Amino acid sequence: MTGLDFETFSSCRGWIQGIDPRLRLLTAAAASVVAVASRHPLALLAMLTLWLAVGFSIRLPLRAFAKRLLALNSFMLVLLIVMPLSVGGPEAFALGGAGWSWPGIVRALTIAVRGNIILLIMTTLVSTISLARLGHELGHLRVPPKLVQMLLFSARYHSVLLDEYHRLLRAMRVRGFAAGINRHTYRSMGQLIGMLLVRSVDRSERILAAMRCRGYSGRIHLLDHFSLRRRDLCFSALAVAMLASLAVAESAPLWP
Amino acid sequence: MRMEDELSEAGVLEFQDVYFAYDAERPVLRGVNLSLRAGEKLGLMGGNGSGKTTLLHAAMGLVTISRGRIALFGQTCRSEQDFRPMRGRVGLVFQDADDQLFSPTVMEDVAFGPLNQGHKPAEAKKIALQTLGMLGLEGYENRITYKLSGGEKRLVSLAAVLAMSPEVLLLDEPTLGLDESANRRLVNILQSLPQAMLMVSHDRSLLEAVTSATLQLNSGTIV
Repeated sequence: MTGLDFETFSSCRGWIQGIDPRLRLLTAAAASVVAVASRHPLALLAMLTLWLAVGFSIRLPLRAFAKRLLALNSFMLVLLIVMPLSVGGPEAFALGGAGWSWPGIVRALTIAVRGNIILLIMTTLVSTISLARLGHELGHLRVPPKLVQMLLFSARYHSVLLDEYHRLLRAMRVRGFAAGINRHTYRSMGQLIGMLLVRSVDRSERILAAMRCRGYSGRIHLLDHFSLRRRDLCFSALAVAMLASLAVAESAPLWP
Repeated sequence: MRMEDELSEAGVLEFQDVYFAYDAERPVLRGVNLSLRAGEKLGLMGGNGSGKTTLLHAAMGLVTISRGRIALFGQTCRSEQDFRPMRGRVGLVFQDADDQLFSPTVMEDVAFGPLNQGHKPAEAKKIALQTLGMLGLEGYENRITYKLSGGEKRLVSLAAVLAMSPEVLLLDEPTLGLDESANRRLVNILQSLPQAMLMVSHDRSLLEAVTSATLQLNSGTIV
């Protein structure tokens, strides 16, 4: 198959799959807010450890997860280099006239840790939900149906679109096209993208026609309905307790 | 009206002197007459661009004809309101299965029609499972639609239409691009279905195996 694989994390079979996806979405949102609001290094370390433990316990596919970590942390590296230059305070070290300040380093590190915590939260709680299920759950959580449908349609048709792109590009290549930095390339690629747009519009009209043939009149009915079970309640109680104690620890001077 | 009575005796799908043009210079349908009786299986052949697909789309009310009349089950249909209640009773299987299968999973796609017909989710699921079973697609319900093979996609899109229990099936090149075994499987299924059918195809052996007669669409009319 060409294109993105949406099922890398959702095919993971850990205990997390036993928890109602709606709760996972809500927990992810709450946990992210707590992570962003926390400043204390111990609180952040506690969260990092907690979510790493969750990640290990559900056996996230390591290679795919490492890729995500790399993508995020290459940005964080830039931040770590640039930020201490612009924040004032006692200098940690100086190099060629530019000075890196301690408060700047601390602030950049805080942001990097928060980012990684949120990545862990999203990967463990949200990426492990299959897209089809996620669309359903967002619908049940009263997310506007248009947004849900856009998500589901993108998931369904990205590979069709990508196939079309490769087909057109192949047809160009067999006629001797090689991309370069010149006018001809820009013009040809422009035409290729234009053709993709035209074809997509045509296809969207055919899809709508097919939907109308099957009785569609503007409303998509949700097929699955889920109900909460005992372990869901246990999970949410645990999550609430954990997040609340982190929040309290952050605001009260309990840390040494 | 007397005319309506005549039509209901005549057939489930009726075209009388139907005209249609995407642009006025080159009309696609020029006085098409056609009648399909309950349970009858007809083939429709014609050159590229002769208007075969347009004819099927006109029968579903997806394009609005400029002249003539189309009747479904004896009822003249002109507007979207006329056609809408007919869309469960007449099913169109599109040429490109990727146009038809838009849901992430097979189950959701097959249940889409029954849900639109007003069935409760549990019923719709049951209908979907039954239909999949009927086509030999047991265990496909949780498959991801974009990962199916071409033959599987074609069968699933047929299931998606059959789940609405239509009385008439319109098929647009149902075996296009299928390999031999997928082709054989589809032919067997089409032979065993009780529905009236109007099938567009270039494949003579398919039409001979399934249909009782073949119509020819030439320069906008049936000859």
